[in-house]
Amino acid sequence: MADHHPTGIKRWLFTTNHKDIGSMYLWFSFIMFLIGGAMAMVIRAELYQPGLQFVEPNFFNSMTTMHGLIMVFGAVMPSMVGLANWLIPMQIGAPDMALPRMNNWSFWILPFAFTLLLSSLFMDGGAPNFGWTFYAPLSTTYGPPSTDFFILGVHMMGISSIMGAINVIVTVFNMRAPGMTLMKMPLFVWTWVITAFLLIMVMPVLAGAVTMMLTDRHFGTDFFNAAGGGDPVMFQHIFWFFGHPEVYIMILPAFGVASEIIAAFARKKLFGYSSMVYATASIALLSFIVWAHHMFTVGMPIAGELFFMIATMLIAVPTGVKVFNWVATMWQGSMTFETPMLFSIAFVILFTIGGFSGVMLAMAPVDFQYHDTYFVVAHFHYVLFPGAIFGTTAAVYYWLPKWTGKMYNEKLGKIHFWWSMIAVNLTFFPMHFSGLAGMPRRIPDYNMMFAAFNQLASIGAFALGLSQLFFLFIIIKAIRSGKKAEDKPWEGATGLEWDALPCPAPYHTFDTPPQVK
Amino acid sequence: MAIRRKLIASLTALVSFVLSGVVQATADLNMRPGVTETSQEAYDLHMMVVWVMTGIAVVVFGLMFYSIIAHRKSNNPKPATWSHSTKVEIVWTAIPFIILIFLTIPAIKLLIKMEDASDPDISIQVTGSQWKWHYKYLDHNVEFYSNLKTPQQEANFDLEKATSNANYLLEVDKELVIPVNKKVRFLVTADDVIHSWWVPELGVKKDAIPGFINETWTSVPKPGTYRGQCTELCGKWHGFMPVVVRAVPQAEFDAWIAQKNDERVAAEKAAAEAAAKSWDLDKLMTLGEEVYNAKCAACHKVDGSGTPPLFPALKGSEIATKAERMDEHIGIVVNGKTGTAMAAFGSQLTDAELAAVITYERNAWGNETGDVVQPADIQAFKAGNQ
Repeated sequence: MADHHPTGIKRWLFTTNHKDIGSMYLWFSFIMFLIGGAMAMVIRAELYQPGLQFVEPNFFNSMTTMHGLIMVFGAVMPSMVGLANWLIPMQIGAPDMALPRMNNWSFWILPFAFTLLLSSLFMDGGAPNFGWTFYAPLSTTYGPPSTDFFILGVHMMGISSIMGAINVIVTVFNMRAPGMTLMKMPLFVWTWVITAFLLIMVMPVLAGAVTMMLTDRHFGTDFFNAAGGGDPVMFQHIFWFFGHPEVYIMILPAFGVASEIIAAFARKKLFGYSSMVYATASIALLSFIVWAHHMFTVGMPIAGELFFMIATMLIAVPTGVKVFNWVATMWQGSMTFETPMLFSIAFVILFTIGGFSGVMLAMAPVDFQYHDTYFVVAHFHYVLFPGAIFGTTAAVYYWLPKWTGKMYNEKLGKIHFWWSMIAVNLTFFPMHFSGLAGMPRRIPDYNMMFAAFNQLASIGAFALGLSQLFFLFIIIKAIRSGKKAEDKPWEGATGLEWDALPCPAPYHTFDTPPQVK
Repeated sequence: MAIRRKLIASLTALVSFVLSGVVQATADLNMRPGVTETSQEAYDLHMMVVWVMTGIAVVVFGLMFYSIIAHRKSNNPKPATWSHSTKVEIVWTAIPFIILIFLTIPAIKLLIKMEDASDPDISIQVTGSQWKWHYKYLDHNVEFYSNLKTPQQEANFDLEKATSNANYLLEVDKELVIPVNKKVRFLVTADDVIHSWWVPELGVKKDAIPGFINETWTSVPKPGTYRGQCTELCGKWHGFMPVVVRAVPQAEFDAWIAQKNDERVAAEKAAAEAAAKSWDLDKLMTLGEEVYNAKCAACHKVDGSGTPPLFPALKGSEIATKAERMDEHIGIVVNGKTGTAMAAFGSQLTDAELAAVITYERNAWGNETGDVVQPADIQAFKAGNQ
């Protein structure tokens, strides 16, 4: 059968090919990553020293808000969907995603959603300025007019995510090649299926929250307005019922990536495959009963505080199992340290550090001191940047030969790794200290006692920002003039995408399903 | 030789400089233990979990780095083939469980203690509003607002100011004064958006939420001034609403309360006198400008241009210029405007101040209505309003 391969703009607009859509997701998320990163640079420039130098406080608040929203919804989530699109069909031996037209639609919603959101930067009253957590009533009664654009944007992102999740679930449950039983699936597929279920559970909750905001703002309801009998704390419960599973939505696929890469470069099978699957599922289940640990200071009854504290600490158990399994996978392996492996090892170490601060934050009586300080900022950036973003970066280096047929320059890749590794720690580690010293989050100006930590963090952040441009350079260089990749560029790589397909993978793969032993 | 000696001397100087810097820096690296029993217990718990986590990190990362060195391809060309061990997996599921139980028990005890605000010696209502704290001593007839010492719209927040003042952004015009060694209960709430009242040295952080009254408490054993900040994003000037608590001996506290009571009586008298007399435009404008810049300019700007559409311009606005809308103008200033960020100033300002600021708004920045609002007009409005 001829490899039907449309060209031109129509190829991208009307494509139903999972590889094209995957590429579009990945490029889109990278653009958003740069935009959100530019906002982080504004924040770090302002915080480089005390005093208000560059921006006024309202714009500063818009920057922190938009940075969070764009990184969460525009950079991390779409990048994971991009990986899912490229990899899941190839890894389970399917010709494409089960619902290709919906796949096209779920991608093409995103540019419009983010145009809406970003356009708010140019509106009277400024962009949303109430934090990415958009607590009522700051975001309802007191929100700028652009809040409505934010609400519609979030709705569209939610629709896109839900469709993407449905697609993953339907694909995995219906399109596996003969012999590809559930417990033979690569771990990346498993983590994504679990992520997809989380998405379907919580994105509608987020949609509900923003809809209530909309009606509070314009249609006379008082869901979150205390003066009208509403409850601002209820907003937080609803938000975090979405928000906590959301953090696992962002990290679980990266767990999958690390599991594949570490096994490949240790030239050894992943240790404890089934316990990895069960641990992932337990993390997902626990994520539904821990949300109020984000709210220890709102004045919950003590029984509630105790419940959420204990449930949260329990998450350390399955997460610990994962970390131990990764180390055990490396143990007595025959390791080499190409760029994807370096990023994956850094992922394990730095994510674990984020996990340590997570256990600390879970302890309610001490959380009273940490809550809403830079300690929290340090914590979640440790799980998100070296977690989700390093995971995606590792995946890009690892599967780039499969996607493009070209190899990146290993030396440049290693420079990128060490540059990012140093910069990410220089940026986020000092934030632990400024938080412990008592610096609240989301403030544009601060007392001298926080100055040294902020200066370090800012220098780190600028270096980290530059390292991402360097990453872009490496990728473009690889695509344009990289060495041609062998069909199996990694000695220890396993799985259908490596064993049954050449590099680059043809436009259409698995027209007839492979047989899995 | 001389060169070498100089080199060594300067190197030694450099090293000692760096070392002293490190020592200086590490002193600031940790959470401060604070002064109260609960804050110190929280600190102890914090240190315990830090050490437990460090221990885990040393073991896990140690094994990992050992493996990275010993099990690299050059040292271990043939990978092992095992990939499963139920025994090991059970062990490393169980160990974290045990560690967590060991951490949870003291946390539960401390939490129960921290949440017990019963039997207070005195109670203080703490109300957050954009961007100041209001303190009301429920056992004494004392209440006041506590603002950042340099009003936001006057300060330019430059580097020089920040570096020259040790308490930059952490000082207020009126501190919250509490007696030492007494159980002080705080009833925390808010007028507009959610704020959070935090004093790290006391180990107290509680969200101030409109429509809710949250309870927390402290008992400070040591006289001193303790500084904190609002920790919940509450809008534009969120970073500029510090909390300052001054703990004083009981006798000093009693004297302070007495003085505050005298001040209140005097202020009430002065306000009544001021309200009783008729003011001329100039005087109203002078007072009005002062009040406006302190209370209104954060949103409506010093030049009255506002930041539309959220904070409308007063300059040239119909309400502030049309004679028939004067009552509406007074109403908005006194009662606030529901559904917007406009607060009610009726109880925050005296009648004379209200009259002055409204007069100012109707005559400044080219509004030139010539309208004069007298304290009596405010009183009449308030009376008619009830």
